[in-house]
Amino acid sequence: MQNNKENILEIKGLKTQFYTEAGIVRAVDGIDMTVKRGEVLGVVGESGCGKSVTSLSIMRLVSQPGRIVEGQIFFDDRDLLKLPESQMIKIRGNRISMIFQQPQSCLNPVFKIGDQLSEVLHIHQDLGREAGQKRAIQLLTMVGIPEPESRIHAYPHEMSGGMAQRVMIAMALACVPELLIADEPTTALDVTIQAQILDLMRNLRSKMDTSIILITHDLGVVAEMCDRVVVMYAGRVVEEAPILELFKSPKHPYTAALIGSTPVLGQAEKELVTIPGSVPNLIDLPQGCKFAPRCMARVENELTICTEEEPPIERIAPNHQVRCWLYEKELES
Amino acid sequence: MAQDLEQNGTAPQKRRVLVEVKNIVKHFPVRGGVLQRTQGWVKAVDDVSFFIYEGESFGLVGESGCGKTTIGRTILRLIPATSGSVTFDGKNIFDVTANELKKLRRDIQIIFQDPYSSLDPRMPIGESIAEGLRIHTDKSAAERYDIVVEMLTRVGMRADHARRYPHEFSGGQRQRIGIARALALRPKFIVCDEPVSALDVSIQAQVLNILRELQKDFGLTYLFIAHNLSVVEHFSDRVGVMYLGKMVEMASRDDLYRDPLHPYTQALMSAIPIPDPTLKRQRVILEGDVPSPLNPPTGCRFHTRCPLAFDKCSQEEPPFKDYGEEHYAACWLLETGEKGASKLTRENLPDEVRLVEV
Repeated sequence: MQNNKENILEIKGLKTQFYTEAGIVRAVDGIDMTVKRGEVLGVVGESGCGKSVTSLSIMRLVSQPGRIVEGQIFFDDRDLLKLPESQMIKIRGNRISMIFQQPQSCLNPVFKIGDQLSEVLHIHQDLGREAGQKRAIQLLTMVGIPEPESRIHAYPHEMSGGMAQRVMIAMALACVPELLIADEPTTALDVTIQAQILDLMRNLRSKMDTSIILITHDLGVVAEMCDRVVVMYAGRVVEEAPILELFKSPKHPYTAALIGSTPVLGQAEKELVTIPGSVPNLIDLPQGCKFAPRCMARVENELTICTEEEPPIERIAPNHQVRCWLYEKELES
Repeated sequence: MAQDLEQNGTAPQKRRVLVEVKNIVKHFPVRGGVLQRTQGWVKAVDDVSFFIYEGESFGLVGESGCGKTTIGRTILRLIPATSGSVTFDGKNIFDVTANELKKLRRDIQIIFQDPYSSLDPRMPIGESIAEGLRIHTDKSAAERYDIVVEMLTRVGMRADHARRYPHEFSGGQRQRIGIARALALRPKFIVCDEPVSALDVSIQAQVLNILRELQKDFGLTYLFIAHNLSVVEHFSDRVGVMYLGKMVEMASRDDLYRDPLHPYTQALMSAIPIPDPTLKRQRVILEGDVPSPLNPPTGCRFHTRCPLAFDKCSQEEPPFKDYGEEHYAACWLLETGEKGASKLTRENLPDEVRLVEV
């Protein structure tokens, strides 16, 4: 933890594929991504863009028929993909932990909340039963669960969605992880409960100094919570920029369309941008840029290269990267 | 419609009411024990009244369990109401003969949230779209096919799609098929129950734009049920806000979003994250969860979470009243007559309530 290096996590050329009867699903197809110490990195994209598979790959939780086929994931100078499982167990839930979209289905229905929390503490911190329960009460208090002394005896089905998500957060933060991966943590919750959970995450982050990867499809949540954003499409990173810059001047046509298609509170007259077609089939990806078949900028600029060759990701400003031929042209001229 | 107005010489504001929901109540029994006796009642909708003008989109918003979907289904008579009435085009739909009901079913259609589960997986989508025509009209197979093709084109799909099955389409396409099916009988009124909440944003915009266009072309009236306030603002002309089986506020879209009167509406709006990182706002975060509709709080149902609640709120239910220009709300603070008394501002809020900077 005394490491002064700027990045806590570095993903290089990660490819995760699923071997199905229909063919090979290229869910994550060569992504590079870094998470800086103490930052909240947003990962946005629509369903099937590979954002969840990326997070499962970091945790090495990709299950059959999926497999990580290529790449490196450096955490604290070690490649997680090369660690033996016995070492990975010590990191998972301890130094890197994760919260999921459906809190109710991530908690074990037959164990009490308190027991599930103390299990984490027993495994990673070798706390005994009594000490574990005591710490569990502290953790539940920290995440704002009323009457934690009696709540540790509750079963998951006795809790509301918001409360269950608080328990998940308590469990994820039990060992004060250096990196927290939150995969759509508020998507299943009502907005007033979402506001509670986001507020809780903000407070805990300022207290614990944990780096966070926040995976979401909600640009509002991104704008509110993140320092930097990675936009994904069809298993690739298409744009990466600091939060203000991304919203002020989105460079990739997909990012721009995504922002343009989101209805915004207080802007009833906003004309919603539509993206024609739908996301490509990950088994049979189009040639060239994966967004090209839906890209209006390609048509307007009469670019032919887009459907022939895939653009590389280029740095167009110190903190701004984009994968698009439009900017490639700019660079050359 | 436009002719009516000219002939009657009425102002455009005094439009014709197409749907009127009056004091509707829906309680679901909760059964339990060996004998499956009724042990309690879920008060899903409890005395809700509103009306929808012809040709408008009426948005109904609220969080899960507030009763918005139940209202949509009772209007369609998909579930029977416990009491109350729904008038459509001057007829009480709870009180019509079987024949009249069949006729009404043509005029009132529904679009569901999950287009996959609402389409028959073993039926080519063309047949699904034509099914209503087969039941309600005596059109020949060829005529029906023409209508199917017309509807498919209207929602941006191709004629040859008619022979394919639901699983061959993406979520957005299936929702467009759902719209084509609802539209085939040329209804006057469509209940859209969370039509875009299962869709990705880019596809959501496609579907919303299609619904808008169809409304213009066919003079449709919509009841637009959704939990997403930004989508509702974008789509609706008038909006009703529900909380725990009650309507708490109802107004024209602009009035509601610019000047929300009910503390719940204000809290709901301030809870929405806005996709603009430069925008700084103050947010009141509501404590706790929505209470159970099995045993709702006395008085105003929101009083257990309302940061401005006072004694009267827990004792007596506030009236749902028009506070000017058809801006209805139910809050005791509005009854005090004091200007801005119901606003969640620093001056009104008790000191212990935190305003969060976002």
